[in-house]
Amino acid sequence: MAIHFHNHPGLVVYLTIGDPDLATSKRIALAAIDAGADVLELGVPFSDPLADGPVIQRASERAVQNGTRLEDVLALASALRKERPSVGLVIFSYLNPILQLGLERFAAAAENVGVDAVLATDLIAEESEEYRAVLRKHRLQPIFLAAPTSSDHRLARIAEVSEGFIYAISRVGITGTQQQVASDARELVTRLRRYTKLPIALGFGISNAAHVAVVAEYADAAVVGSAIVALIEQSSVEEAPAEVGKFIAALRTPVARETAVP
Amino acid sequence: MAEKSRTQLEMPPVARAPGRFDAYGGRYVPETLMAALQELEAAYAEAQRDPAFSSELAYLLHRYAGRPTPLYYASRLTESLGGAKIYLKREDLLHTGAHKINNCLGQGLLARRMGKRRIIAETGAGQHGVATATVCALFGMECIVYMGQEDMRRQELNVYRMRLLGAEVRSVSAGSATLKDAINEAMRDWVVNVRTTHYLLGSVLGAHPYPTMVRDFQRVIGIEARQQILEAEGRLPNAVLACVGGGSNAIGAFYEFIPDKNVRLIGVEAGGRGPGLGEHAARFQGGSPGVLQGTYSYVLQDDAGQISNTHSVSAGLDYASIGPEHAALHDSGRAEYVSASDEAALQATVRLARTEGILPALESAHAVAEAIRIAPAMDRNDILLINVSGRGDKDMGILARELNLQGA
Repeated sequence: MAIHFHNHPGLVVYLTIGDPDLATSKRIALAAIDAGADVLELGVPFSDPLADGPVIQRASERAVQNGTRLEDVLALASALRKERPSVGLVIFSYLNPILQLGLERFAAAAENVGVDAVLATDLIAEESEEYRAVLRKHRLQPIFLAAPTSSDHRLARIAEVSEGFIYAISRVGITGTQQQVASDARELVTRLRRYTKLPIALGFGISNAAHVAVVAEYADAAVVGSAIVALIEQSSVEEAPAEVGKFIAALRTPVARETAVP
Repeated sequence: MAEKSRTQLEMPPVARAPGRFDAYGGRYVPETLMAALQELEAAYAEAQRDPAFSSELAYLLHRYAGRPTPLYYASRLTESLGGAKIYLKREDLLHTGAHKINNCLGQGLLARRMGKRRIIAETGAGQHGVATATVCALFGMECIVYMGQEDMRRQELNVYRMRLLGAEVRSVSAGSATLKDAINEAMRDWVVNVRTTHYLLGSVLGAHPYPTMVRDFQRVIGIEARQQILEAEGRLPNAVLACVGGGSNAIGAFYEFIPDKNVRLIGVEAGGRGPGLGEHAARFQGGSPGVLQGTYSYVLQDDAGQISNTHSVSAGLDYASIGPEHAALHDSGRAEYVSASDEAALQATVRLARTEGILPALESAHAVAEAIRIAPAMDRNDILLINVSGRGDKDMGILARELNLQGA
């Protein structure tokens, strides 16, 4: 299937799967979809998450400790696809767990359970030829990251190899929350538009309705990750799904223009 | 022309990509770092074409760091083993006490060319951290060194040295609190501060161009050693031995000898406490190909692709992956990789100290241990050349404990 954003702005929600445990991850994911998430990024925990800030590092560590594997994330995707047929499902992983399962085996399984797209954090366009060929064969869309530091030449290349949407990183840095959406972000999205007609989702540091309102002015979707992972960390297992649902529902609440401007 | 293009077509497509060593190497990083890696690659290529760069580096290596280092015939060690003649390449005599300074001077000059005044580095044993702090002091640059908490504890003397030299040492407590975790943290710092900061990576690891560039800066070891052994013996050694953590001293020692097919190249990994996963850092014995921290190489990992903890008595060898060029040399069979246990390394340290009055770093002692193992069965005319990559002063705390040395 292909990713679609039915709302503006679209909402992409990242979850570290297996934190606090698989069953709770499923309940949280369903709550997120029902609260308005258009796309879920199902984060595969990794022992060495070097692109992530402390919040996702801790979540990843807990999930690895729980023994969460890529196969578990695929099984969760399968359950979500059955219960919520229209949500966009992205497997979001560092490359190594995918390589260990085997690229072909992974892609076949992902297609089989109804995954739409794959984003490998540490895979750049230039290294992706074989990966893209395998994903294409299994009708999975490859999503790539674009950064404020990417040259125009690189943005053109990223646009060329991406499908589904492009994940634009709002600022240089690792995942985590921030006070306001960086000024880097608008310029990056503007530059990207020259090379692509794909939807552009903006992520890194987006944590409240004011941020989402700013992002809506120039991007197609907002990605919310660390703020939700932090909320899960602070909530009890019982309350986490409802808390996440409330948080996501509030992200599209209209905010006063003044507070929205960074 | 036709001849050339036919040869190129016979190569697998992956081998033509920049920074590939057969299937290994490459660039597996978040997109944010690509601009910095390309900037570094371009600056390095430009520096290589600039005679002023190589003459300044040569000057510093000679006058500041103390190159060339001697090649020393270890006669008492040789006699005590009763076999092959043992020569030691004395990188332990360099300024700051290890081969790491060769690379730090090179990258320090590059950082200056790129106008980057903030330097970050990771360190395991602390030798790379000390060399980085030293070069930053020399060039007047800001220096931040990431070091695992466990490594700070066991290499405390080097922590003091870095701080004395003006570096900020940041403790990393994630994971096993060793070298791998320090690299993660350094990479996170780099992603955040990429526009102003140079990451002075200490080994032949990470994304292209690091494995190639760091090798080039360490090649001087083998260039000197090859010439020196020819002068001393009129022939090449039967084998060159070096310890392998990330593998920078080993690739530096091996590289000039690769075309000399009769010279065995022996890399010695950390065998630690035993063969179980988590008990050692012998990537070629318990590892399999995977991606860690920017490069595709052999990695110690579980079947879910999670990176394993490692153990070695020497902090500098205590790492889950290995430089990608070593992976290629391993698969092609051009180099052999063996391991030495913690115990063998400690015994080798004592033996070298008491036969030659030379205290090797615990890392380098792994290479000495393998030479001690194989020399007795060899002919008296055979020659073993060991790269003594560093000196063991930094290890006195561990040695005092492990060997029950009596103090005051």
